[in-house]
Amino acid sequence: MPDSLLLDTTTRIFEDLCDPRTVNAARDGQWKETLWEAIEQSGLTLAWVPEEHGGAGAGLGDGFEVLAVSGRFAVPVPLAETLLAGWLLAQAGLSCPSGPMTVAPSRLRDTVTVRGDGTLGGKAAAIPFAAAADTLVVLADRDGAATVARVDRSACTIRTSPGFRDDGRDLVELDGARPVELAPLGSGPDADCLALMGATVRAVQIGGALESVLALAGDYARERVAFERPIARFQAVQHNLARLAGETAAAVAAAGSAADTVATGTGGDDALFLEVASAKIRAGEAAGAGAAIAHQVHGAIGFTEEHVLHRFTRRLWAWRDDFGSESEWAVRLGRFVAANGADDLWPLLASR
Amino acid sequence: MSHAIQFDQLRLPAEAEELRLEVRAFLAGEIANGGFDPAASVMRSGFDRAFSRRVGARGWIGMTWPKRYGGGERSFLERYVVTEEFRVANAPTGAHFTADRQSGPVLLKYAPEHVKSDVLPRITRGECCFCIGMSEPNSGSDLFAASTRATPAGGGYLISGTKLWTSNAHNADYMIGLFRTSPSTAENRRHGLTQFLVDLSRPGIAINPVHDMAGRHEFNEVVFDDLFIPDDHVLGEVDGAWKQATSELAYERSGPERFLETFYVLPELVRVLGGDPDTRGAEGIGRLVAQLHALRRMSVSVAGMLEAGKEPVLEGSIVKDLGTVWEQALPARARDMAAFVDVAPGNRATFDELLEFATVIAPKLTIQGGTTEVLRGIIARGLGLR
Repeated sequence: MPDSLLLDTTTRIFEDLCDPRTVNAARDGQWKETLWEAIEQSGLTLAWVPEEHGGAGAGLGDGFEVLAVSGRFAVPVPLAETLLAGWLLAQAGLSCPSGPMTVAPSRLRDTVTVRGDGTLGGKAAAIPFAAAADTLVVLADRDGAATVARVDRSACTIRTSPGFRDDGRDLVELDGARPVELAPLGSGPDADCLALMGATVRAVQIGGALESVLALAGDYARERVAFERPIARFQAVQHNLARLAGETAAAVAAAGSAADTVATGTGGDDALFLEVASAKIRAGEAAGAGAAIAHQVHGAIGFTEEHVLHRFTRRLWAWRDDFGSESEWAVRLGRFVAANGADDLWPLLASR
Repeated sequence: MSHAIQFDQLRLPAEAEELRLEVRAFLAGEIANGGFDPAASVMRSGFDRAFSRRVGARGWIGMTWPKRYGGGERSFLERYVVTEEFRVANAPTGAHFTADRQSGPVLLKYAPEHVKSDVLPRITRGECCFCIGMSEPNSGSDLFAASTRATPAGGGYLISGTKLWTSNAHNADYMIGLFRTSPSTAENRRHGLTQFLVDLSRPGIAINPVHDMAGRHEFNEVVFDDLFIPDDHVLGEVDGAWKQATSELAYERSGPERFLETFYVLPELVRVLGGDPDTRGAEGIGRLVAQLHALRRMSVSVAGMLEAGKEPVLEGSIVKDLGTVWEQALPARARDMAAFVDVAPGNRATFDELLEFATVIAPKLTIQGGTTEVLRGIIARGLGLR
């Protein structure tokens, strides 16, 4: 059961401090600090850190609910990344610092190693909020054992890139960086755990963002008059919006199903893989198709910096790339299905 | 008014999963002892009264209905499992599926007691086949343009006119027909239509085959020439059928049959691409499986909302829109992915045969039971756009 107090608190903070229209119109970044302080004070950032490590110890399910709401507001601070980082530290029994954090790698093809001297080697591309984070939590390979390393941002070289959004998708060079602390993953999670968890988080955020995009596009179509009537009266526009509703529903349903599977830990490894891969693939597809429809409905105004739509669509495009794109997860899922054989396909689907 | 789209997360309960094992064992037994041939029933009509009687004997027809009418008082979620397992096994459910899904629930809600106690138990035994008389030569998607007349006549009505595209009419015992009892009004163009239970064995009915482009005889033209229907075969409100239609839509539109009609192509595709497909094949399979999983999760969710007594009309329409577009595209996508698979004899014969069949029947999938255009209109209304 979702913790409704946590959700209410979350929603109120976002409504008060990061309404997308207000943030979009802001002249400076002052709001960012105020927002982050409020989020941190409420305990949201440590929701996935156990109480014995100073966290809030909220359930995974509650955290996913919070992240769906953060998607609805296109929250422009590293809340999801800090949650993920706290979760990853906990998987190795490491304590959790305060302040904004992010995780690496976020690309499935990137690997980081722990060298013999205890420093890190390798680099991780497209790390969200790397430049804004105090701490990077890195999942690295140490002689074949998955290891979690807590690294100060100042110990890494960060090449910033704004990417699709203000959130940053920075290149982090870790060669020679010495972790503050490191420990092997506990029993249970494996080297794929960050990809699975990160993909679920992004799918949930995509679902939330698409819900807002659908509402924005519907409102705009009802208000905007062309050819002497609201454009919502035109069948072509109605059908585009109906497709957007379908894409949104599919993303929300697939992401919700994966989040439920992760949170309840039911069904075993195959079920978890099917659920998470499917959610990231389907939500990623919906992100692309949904953003395109929303922009088409909005016309030129939706293409301006002034309009709020890009706060959502640029994040949709970024989030579908993080922790494995649709193509990458589809190849993995396709190989998995093929290796199991044709006759096992339906039983797998029906098991969920 | 706009309405938030809601897909509750729902897992099928343990009793449904136990039932699934029973159903699989039954189907495996049927296939093993020649009860039906899965490959053949894909490509033929799937109409087999003997099979339906065996299914009825297991209690899997009308399984959600009250026991006093032969039902099992089981949940929609259990029915869901039976429906999807039968569909995936390509079982020939043609002689009972329409009555089980649609006609029985209409009778339960609107028929007088003596009609219910006569007809419903026969449906549950698999002895009674229904068809649906909605479309006409000049009324398809625009259901409210129906013009087949029902004129009051001594204790009943006389029916005259023509229904078209009536699947299974030539096999069916009864039709639930939509006939015009009054003209539409200026205020409400949907006014004036009434639902009737039609006994197809009565005189005054001519059933003429309409062969489809796959060479099958499923469609019919049904011509009524002063057919007499007694008053107690009126279903629901005279002139008010439009009020009865909408709540049935969620049942009709969100089930597993709305995305599994060409499913047989997918396992065959996996088979011909082999255990270690190239990147292109793997990606293609992965996307299809992800999309199907998402559809099924949405469909299960709608079944759960129905079980909880809600009327998820918007959600049901979304499932049918996405589901039928997906099952229609599946053969074309499978064809692309298999383009470079070796055509050595025996390597892909089954796949090619099924693929060709699926390609030929694909056009109907986004037409039957509500076209894509009609569904998107309903969704747009749910979004508050019209």
